[in-house]
Amino acid sequence: MTALWIMRVLLSHWMRHRMQLATLLIGLMSATALWSGVQAINQQARTSYDRAASAFGGGNTAMLLPGDDVTVPQSLFATLRRAGWLVSPVLEGRVRIGERSVRLIGIEPLSLPRDAGPAPGLSDAKLLQGFLSPGGQTLIAPRTAADFGWRADQVLTTESGERLPPLQLAPDLLPDLLVADIGFAQTILRQPDRISRFLIDPAPGGERLPLAQVAGSQLRLVEAGSESDLQRLTASFHLNLTAFGLLSFLVGLFIVHSAIGLAFEQRLPMLRTLRACGVSASRLVSVLLAELVMLALIAGVAGLACGYLIASALLPDVAASLRGLYGAAVPGQLVIQPQWWIAGLAMCVAGSLVAAAGALVRVLRLPLLVSAQPYAWQLSQRRWLIGQALLATAILIAALAAFRFGTSLLTAFAVLAGALLGAALLLPVLLNVMLRTGEAMSRGPVALWAWADSRQQLSGLSLALMALLLALAVNVGVGTMVGSFSKTFLRWLDGRLAADIYLVVPDPNRAAGIEAWLRQRPDIDAVLPAARADVRIGGEPVELFGLADHATYRDLWPLLEARANVWDGVRDGRSVLVSEQLGRRLGIKLGDRVRLPTPSGDWIAEVGGLYADYGNPKGQITVNTDQLLQRFVAAGRTRFGLRVKSGAIPEVMRELESTFGLGRRDLADQATVKAESQRIFNRTFAVTSVLNAFTLGVAGVALFTSLLTLGQSRLPQLAPLWALGVTRRRLAVLELCKTMLLALMTALLALPLGIGVAWCLIEVVNVKAFGWRLPLEIFPGELARLLLVAMAAALVATLLPMLKLGRMRPVALLKVFADER
Amino acid sequence: MLKVSRLSKSYGLPQGTLSVLREVNLQVAAGESVALTGESGSGKSTLLHLIAGLDEPDSGEIVLDGKAMSGASEGDRAQMRREKLGLVFQQFNLIPSLKVGDNLSFQARIAGKLDFAWLSELAGRLGLADMLDRYPEQLSGGQQQRVAIGRALAVKPSLVLADEPTGNLDEATADEVVRLARELVARSGCALLMVTHSTRLASLLDRRVHLTAGQLT
Repeated sequence: MTALWIMRVLLSHWMRHRMQLATLLIGLMSATALWSGVQAINQQARTSYDRAASAFGGGNTAMLLPGDDVTVPQSLFATLRRAGWLVSPVLEGRVRIGERSVRLIGIEPLSLPRDAGPAPGLSDAKLLQGFLSPGGQTLIAPRTAADFGWRADQVLTTESGERLPPLQLAPDLLPDLLVADIGFAQTILRQPDRISRFLIDPAPGGERLPLAQVAGSQLRLVEAGSESDLQRLTASFHLNLTAFGLLSFLVGLFIVHSAIGLAFEQRLPMLRTLRACGVSASRLVSVLLAELVMLALIAGVAGLACGYLIASALLPDVAASLRGLYGAAVPGQLVIQPQWWIAGLAMCVAGSLVAAAGALVRVLRLPLLVSAQPYAWQLSQRRWLIGQALLATAILIAALAAFRFGTSLLTAFAVLAGALLGAALLLPVLLNVMLRTGEAMSRGPVALWAWADSRQQLSGLSLALMALLLALAVNVGVGTMVGSFSKTFLRWLDGRLAADIYLVVPDPNRAAGIEAWLRQRPDIDAVLPAARADVRIGGEPVELFGLADHATYRDLWPLLEARANVWDGVRDGRSVLVSEQLGRRLGIKLGDRVRLPTPSGDWIAEVGGLYADYGNPKGQITVNTDQLLQRFVAAGRTRFGLRVKSGAIPEVMRELESTFGLGRRDLADQATVKAESQRIFNRTFAVTSVLNAFTLGVAGVALFTSLLTLGQSRLPQLAPLWALGVTRRRLAVLELCKTMLLALMTALLALPLGIGVAWCLIEVVNVKAFGWRLPLEIFPGELARLLLVAMAAALVATLLPMLKLGRMRPVALLKVFADER
Repeated sequence: MLKVSRLSKSYGLPQGTLSVLREVNLQVAAGESVALTGESGSGKSTLLHLIAGLDEPDSGEIVLDGKAMSGASEGDRAQMRREKLGLVFQQFNLIPSLKVGDNLSFQARIAGKLDFAWLSELAGRLGLADMLDRYPEQLSGGQQQRVAIGRALAVKPSLVLADEPTGNLDEATADEVVRLARELVARSGCALLMVTHSTRLASLLDRRVHLTAGQLT
């Protein structure tokens, strides 16, 4: 009962200070919304990866995977079963049907382990019979069939002319997936007698021979619960999103901290009275805690609702980025799990408690008989600034140590976080120095007051200014990084997409005819055959990419470093070129020797060069096309780049289409491929831009709410000036100028910090996350634009409190001089 | 020098209209010091605020040095406050972000009437000469009130309005502050109108007027 009464007394404060209550709730809501929105997207994507990985082998099932190659001979199946290994074969690949590329999985249903992922609808005996019938069936999820415009019993034909068994709808199946009997799959994928992996049945069997004895190095065991390739490849992408969500959360907590701090100051007499009336410190703190948790839960639920809306709005872009970058199928529609709600609320409550910790400790230590010292700001500010400077120095030293000794992506983010936090803590110290300088140089009394008063205001506004600094620095940093990446990417595209037309003909016989036709044409300067094959090196999936020996590549290929006469070595098969990220991941340096597993034995070559391969999550090694085709006969001479005489591109494209019936999916001109690459690039960073804007918006709200809440407590400073003859309008203009000056100083300090953030992202985070390093480019126009945006945000945030002051009734100012104050 | 004629002021309250001042008349001559006494809530501070142009009367007239304060625009009232009035409050209302020296000279400087010799004399007479580089928070209550008096007098006003200037001070300090204020007011040739509850302090001034139920006696 006593606690309820105390709670009622405490809540009465919020009833009288509704704007402050709104500030607190807005802060908590913004923090929770952005954090939970990002988490919802991550959760959705991870769930999709888990499902994809567990489809007939992956996270849930132990597997045997090929050692060096991509597939293994089917004969191993019988060998393994005879050796006591209860395995089931799976073949996987992609087929083109019409304009779509779909994942096809071939299974052997009778030996399939029970826990091998989502039931493909084969638990029903009737369905199993249909699946195993001579004509077979192709299972597809109803949603996928509807999306693609296919219907049950339809017979699909692949691009290469193979017919799939009739479609059968299987409700539990994953999206974007076709499942057929492995026999059909081997024919359709043109992989006769080949197996992608063996799933191991966990059912206890008899003794089994050691794997090495059965299959040598052809197979390796992957235990259940291992991270999938997709999870590993996309980890950096999600870590980036999480970092953004966390930053937004922290910026939101700045608002909460500021609102709680102010409420504490204003409630100080009330708390003293309660203590004087016999309420123990522990009781008071527990009721304050209960009040805080209650407010956090209310704001948390609203924040989660906003987070859901944010996630729903961003998910299509994220899904498109993940599909474009990693080929990951993430549904564009959000499915929320109960854990998300619980985690979001827990984060909101925990954040509020952290933000309020200082105020709560002060309540515990509240001296009853000491009166308030309203003007002891000079001394306390000096102590506060020294404390901030010391803490900032300690954090910056820790960040430096993480930079010097850290090796992982997490330490890279720790460097970034430490640099940002240290700089934010140092901000009031630097502003104080700048304001002191201004004060020393000022002439008029009002200007002197404005500088000195700005210094006094620092402690009240510092959190909002720190939030603005962080948001701006991250905006500048990410903007500079994206700009640098974009510029580098365009230059790189010019090198990578050097041919004028790209042509893919899946049938090698048909391709030979087309190549002969192309070589006779006078308007074609060069026909550059290319090829590709997949291998594994050090357990990593690696793409071997074949290039023709031609001046086009010798002149334009984006080499970062190379040995002398590297292209001659590549032509002869003595040298290979390694992509920057693969080199970094496997620790391969120029001059090292690499072993490439091929069907005809190991190919050992020297690393003659390292080249940029931006945006490719997989490792890539570039070799000569002829050398590749000699060793990977099945790869086929099916891809061509064409150098065409100026102005002849449309004509050649038209004739290729009309003469050979090639469509847009087989044929693309350089401009189209570049435009598509740029579109994927832009979409990838669309989410970043939105989160950037949100973070800046939250910082604007932080500044606005701080100014609004400070408005009332500023009256004792402003009223004497009014009484001494400074008009309300002039006071309002002065206040506006002072806040804009502080915002300008903060924004100017944010620019070098932002460039530091960009450097950190490019030199530390990107290198650790993706394996590539970019040249840092500064864009003065973009910096000026951000500066203007920041000043506009500050102006909007300042305007309302200033208008309130300008229009304040004299009676409000007179209250300052009332005896009973 | 100050002429207040038939001054009335009332406030609208939820319970009805509260008439605070009813046709108040008052004159203060140059060099004269007047104590304004009255019960709590009798309207002393309201009268002072109206004379200072901090609030507007419902009716009546306030003329300071031949210029009407009542009815003037906010800008004109601000200018009169800057140039002709010195205000001293119970809570001192110093500017915490400025040092004592800057607080002392503040009003004189914004009025464009800074006289270094006079400022130096004031600082000496008020015992503040060694404290000019300190911040208000580093001073005692009596010292802060002396700064407030110095600030009011630095502009060489026609009239100093003091609202319970000793309300926060002990008796000895209060006596000292009032004596000093009276002396400096006499030295500068301006008038003083001081609100006080204390009959003892009122007796230190030239004249005493009492406000009861919104009217002066």
